[in-house]
Amino acid sequence: MAETLNRGPVSGTAVTSPAKRKPFFVDFYSTAVGKKYVMALTGMIGIGFVVVHMIGNLKMYLGVVNEGELRVYDIDWYGEFLRELLVPIMPRTYVLWGLRLLLIAAVLMHIHAAYSLTFLNRKARSVKYQSARDYQVANFASRTMRWTGIIVALFIVWHLADLTWGWANPDFIRGAPYHNIDTSLSRVPVAILYIVANIALGIHLFHGTWSLFQSMGWSSPRFDSWRRGLATAIATIIVVGNVSFPIAVLAGVIEFDPDAINCCIEGEEGG
Amino acid sequence: MTILTNITIKIWRQEGPDTEGRFETHQIPEISDEASFLELLDILNERLIEEGKEAIVFDHDCREGICGTCSMMIDGQAHGPQKGTATCQLHMRTFSSGDEIVVEPWRATAFPIIKDLMVDRAPFDRIMEVGGFITAPTGGAPDANIIPIPKPVIDASMDAASCIGCGACVAACPNGAANLFTAAKITHLNLLPQGQAERYKRAEAMVEKMDEYFGSCTNHGECEAACPKEISIDTIATMNVDYWKSKFKNRQHLDR
Repeated sequence: MAETLNRGPVSGTAVTSPAKRKPFFVDFYSTAVGKKYVMALTGMIGIGFVVVHMIGNLKMYLGVVNEGELRVYDIDWYGEFLRELLVPIMPRTYVLWGLRLLLIAAVLMHIHAAYSLTFLNRKARSVKYQSARDYQVANFASRTMRWTGIIVALFIVWHLADLTWGWANPDFIRGAPYHNIDTSLSRVPVAILYIVANIALGIHLFHGTWSLFQSMGWSSPRFDSWRRGLATAIATIIVVGNVSFPIAVLAGVIEFDPDAINCCIEGEEGG
Repeated sequence: MTILTNITIKIWRQEGPDTEGRFETHQIPEISDEASFLELLDILNERLIEEGKEAIVFDHDCREGICGTCSMMIDGQAHGPQKGTATCQLHMRTFSSGDEIVVEPWRATAFPIIKDLMVDRAPFDRIMEVGGFITAPTGGAPDANIIPIPKPVIDASMDAASCIGCGACVAACPNGAANLFTAAKITHLNLLPQGQAERYKRAEAMVEKMDEYFGSCTNHGECEAACPKEISIDTIATMNVDYWKSKFKNRQHLDR
């Protein structure tokens, strides 16, 4: 009763003293719904990246191509193209670095939002159910988002160390993706790691792609039934495409041949 | 009428908010399949009282599925295994002879246990107080149909308005989120012309009040599956959009 008597005006139009407003993003991000918007927006950046990354990697299958006088692996040429995006409007690698910074920011925000929401949710049920729950519609993907997310995050670090910085690959040659991918994925444990991580990524996308429509509030009776199909399609395309690379390397479909090219790889015979 | 035999009830007993609780097992030798689940508890309680023991405390009121008072997890599901009904409309015919039925209160930090199966759902009232209404002059009821509203709109609004505030969405949510409750209440009014003047104020205030007590939505959809009124999680999408827009459109911000 005391609470009822002491509470202030509850009318929607009651004039209250205006609270000092925080900057827009801080204010919005402070609520769980705001954080979910950030999860969805950064997730979309991530989905866009993985799709483009996978399509770019398909150039592995094009093997060696002729670029004028030069014979080069198409994926190596594509890597150079990415560094030269929008040249000469922008200096070399500027656009690529811009995209990288956007991606890094998106991944960090995605992780921070997930981290703080997880703790919020733990707090929201401090005493767990003491008997077994019987979930009706929550699927394996939706219930393992945290775990698949952690697997993918750890994999990203490994993946950068392996194929961007080269620390994890003794045969690494800078600027020669075809060679690096072949040497790295020829190691069976590494190939298995790539396959497992990409399946985790697929599971993450299966729920994430569906879920982002809810978080963004993009709901329409016309398109709602497409969400599940879209999520399944994106998850399947990513897993099938990415898992095909380690398998192709192990099966010998992708095999680096230094004599097939005449350009661009320093320190290699035939380069 | 069929008689179910040998039902075992494993039920949560807890003296008060701050005491340790435990499961207690009771045998029900015979029960009519026409008994509702609450009637089963009534029969069990009468027996306990005759034996000089303390009756099991549980929330109940109308017993016709419209008040939203009854609230318990039955075999790991909010309101039990039957879809689209509250516990009071769950009947023993859903179970079979020899079943062991596990009964537990709602579990959420915002819903502290008062005793046994009874929890305090006052945070729902806190959410309603900041926007779950329209500001209108009181007095004589206005004439019917004075504001024309298209039938599909009134239907969608009514679907959301059917929320009885039982808390099953929070109980079923793996994160203890109240998004379906809040979204239903916001959508109910925000779809109607009467709700427009305070639309964004309502969305902002109710979402931020919800945030003080509950977890966050991860779009499992468990709330929709548990809801005795089968309210769609589409209302959550509506709430999210209105919350986002409220940050730009809220009229109380115009003077700042």
